[in-house]
Amino acid sequence: MPDTIEKVSIVISKGSLEGIYPGLIMANGARAEGIEANLFFTFFGLDAIHKARNEHIKLATVGNPGLHFATMAGGLPGVSTAMTHYMNHKMEKLDIPSIPEFIEMIADTGAGLYACKASVDLFGLEKNDFIDQVQDIITVGEFYEKAAGGQIIFT
Amino acid sequence: MSNTTIADSDVELNDEGFFVHPEQWTEDMVPELAHREGIDHITDAHWQVIRFMRSEYLAKGTGPTVRVLGKTSGVSIKELYQLFPKGPAKIAAKIAGIPKPRGCI
Repeated sequence: MPDTIEKVSIVISKGSLEGIYPGLIMANGARAEGIEANLFFTFFGLDAIHKARNEHIKLATVGNPGLHFATMAGGLPGVSTAMTHYMNHKMEKLDIPSIPEFIEMIADTGAGLYACKASVDLFGLEKNDFIDQVQDIITVGEFYEKAAGGQIIFT
Repeated sequence: MSNTTIADSDVELNDEGFFVHPEQWTEDMVPELAHREGIDHITDAHWQVIRFMRSEYLAKGTGPTVRVLGKTSGVSIKELYQLFPKGPAKIAAKIAGIPKPRGCI
């Protein structure tokens, strides 16, 4: 094994704000280091590249003990929206791009963006539902072909 | 750390190849530094990024990340990666004789 990382393939499987950002940051950071990167969106992670949905990604305020927030309170109407708004505001101050802008930027770095075929079929979606930067809808086998010779990171 | 001769001057580089003393850098060194990073043809756009990195570092004490470069240098993210495929901020910082920019975005 070489002592440097030359290539990463990052799987984004969750559709929450905190489920999507880490994979995006890792992909963008990889490219900034000159590391080849592929992003593979599966299951609810598809929302990150969904034209109509990726501007409305929310923070999970229920079932998220890291928020230190009562689960009952987190489930009240409007709480997730308000917390998402607060988080987005904090990130904007740190110059962290919004999810749609971040994904566009990552595509511009030359990283590959792919949607998982099984999930696309499951949710009844098609190529048209996704932002233009998505290169293809691929099977898990094709994902492994693209990931060959590099590291795989599942988020 | 190692001492190297670049464009007939002695400079000290760290283990990753960044200048330990940015004041040792001169523009004459750019072609040789770029060549070490696999860039043999330095275009005006390369110079624009290198000079921008240098002036940002001198003004702020730290070099810009790719995100900041894309927003403020006048060169788009796409073009930055075409100019410096091995990482625009990192490679341009090496060539501009400044420390590696720190930042996660």
